[in-house]
Amino acid sequence: MLAVDPRPLELRDVVKSYAHGAPNAVDGIDLVVEPGELFGLLGPNGAGKTTTVGIATTRVAPTDGRALVNGIDVVEDPARAKASLGVVTQFNTLDRACTVRENLDFHCRFFGASRRVAQHRADELLERFRLADRGGEMVTALSGGLAQRIQVARAIAHRPTIVFLDEPTAGLDPQSRIALWDVLGELRTDEGLTVVLTTHYMEEAEQFCDRVAIIDRGRILVCDAPDALRREHGNLAIATLGFADEPSASGAAARLRGFGTVDEDGATLRVRTPDGAGAVPGLVNAAGPGLRDLSLAEPSLETVFIALTGRELRE
Amino acid sequence: MSATVASGGPYARGSAYARAFHGLMVRDARVLRRELVAFLLRTVMNPLLFVFVFTYVFPKIGRGLGGGPAGGVSFATVLVPGLIAVAVFFQGIAAVALPLATELGGTREIEDRLMAPLPIGLVAFEKVVFSTFQSVLAAIVVFPLLYLIPAEPVSVTIASWPLLIGVVLIAGLLAGFVGLLLGTVVPPRQIGLIFSLVVIPITFLGCVYYPWQQLGPIPWLKVLTLVNPLVYVSEGLRAAMTPSLPHMPVAAVLAALIAITAALAWVSTRSFVRRVTD
Repeated sequence: MLAVDPRPLELRDVVKSYAHGAPNAVDGIDLVVEPGELFGLLGPNGAGKTTTVGIATTRVAPTDGRALVNGIDVVEDPARAKASLGVVTQFNTLDRACTVRENLDFHCRFFGASRRVAQHRADELLERFRLADRGGEMVTALSGGLAQRIQVARAIAHRPTIVFLDEPTAGLDPQSRIALWDVLGELRTDEGLTVVLTTHYMEEAEQFCDRVAIIDRGRILVCDAPDALRREHGNLAIATLGFADEPSASGAAARLRGFGTVDEDGATLRVRTPDGAGAVPGLVNAAGPGLRDLSLAEPSLETVFIALTGRELRE
Repeated sequence: MSATVASGGPYARGSAYARAFHGLMVRDARVLRRELVAFLLRTVMNPLLFVFVFTYVFPKIGRGLGGGPAGGVSFATVLVPGLIAVAVFFQGIAAVALPLATELGGTREIEDRLMAPLPIGLVAFEKVVFSTFQSVLAAIVVFPLLYLIPAEPVSVTIASWPLLIGVVLIAGLLAGFVGLLLGTVVPPRQIGLIFSLVVIPITFLGCVYYPWQQLGPIPWLKVLTLVNPLVYVSEGLRAAMTPSLPHMPVAAVLAALIAITAALAWVSTRSFVRRVTD
């Protein structure tokens, strides 16, 4: 009997370098995901999120460190690790030679289900994911949102305890996104599924994740509940002011210091201010005639990210 | 379902792998059944036209292919083992390389099979095993054409069933591994090229239309063709089906086939695992 149940996911100082001399894609990530959590890996494109998921799901060989899924080392025993996890990749990897129903059916067969059990499970999933009338269609004919729903259904078909989703909402229409979050919510309540997902949509991470890790350049900058991160790192609104040229920006910088900390970045200034929207008229006045545009980010994971990296996420 | 790969002993593990392997086979069988017509056309077209033109049309219009092999055996007889060898070989390569090009290309649709709970090398091996099955099927489909269409007499005497079955099976595996190698090495968009650059030279220089020993007058070609695995398949089938024709010693054929298959198995599996793992 084990004293402690293994964690769904445990990464210990995981490193991945793709090419000699290039910066590490993943540069020493430590991470523990608790049972039943919805955990978000948040960061810009190229931050190392997909590689991290790739390592955890046995598809990328780590250069260093250990990755354990349900206590199973993914490098030492990938076959067993694969049996206990599910993956939804960023791109549609449904089997184009098969129908919707067959995609689910065969997936179960791969995991050792008998013909009858697999067919039963496929029907059950079609019902649950409201796909019952689409079962016989070839997957080539499906829209993006629908294809993605089937990928989620397929990922959980063998009843894994943890499922990884890489950028699940990227490229989805708003309705499909809502549907996806609903499905994930149901699966967590009904089956106690642990969910790890990557996203570069801050709002979603903030709204749905129990905890997020903000990743940049292969490292975890911070890891906590969204609320806690906001309290600790991002309780200031960030005003971004664009100027006509650098001289007018640097001229305005001195006048803006009264509102909060000012970061200079060429013709752009970032002012971190506790006043939020109330500061806007004052900022415009103080900025002077060189000001071309102004945007304000209320305290959010977005401002946390800017505070930590000095950059905006969607660059 | 999720508990299939239990932490149990090697037996439990082996049986979990076997079930996953079987699942992959079931999937491939379903896809083959759906594409059966395409499979049959692909298999039948080359030998059908070949025997029709060279062993039906030519004799009828009074044109023969010069000389004819030793022993007064018809050209049609020479073609039986040769074209079966081509069918087996071509089918084995195509059955692995063509789908692999799509699955590894833009869609990465092999991903779900790679996530099946068995080692990735076995995912590749399943493809080769299934292609061997298709190769055998191709041999069975092609044989009656070769026997029935020619206008000249065809003399086939199965000298050894075990040899015939053995050569077909090893040839199927060998071709499957060639397909695996080509499918992982050749960029998906250029997969069509392998047919003009690899399959056609292998076929024409594979002792398909002439027994190897009759290459005596062209010694350099006789030596050069020894690197072509199809030569051993043709010669092996000649030994098994048309023993009256000159053919290589059976032991040499089997040794070469087994050695080449083993080497290709190693190289192509490695290439596959590298191609799909970052």
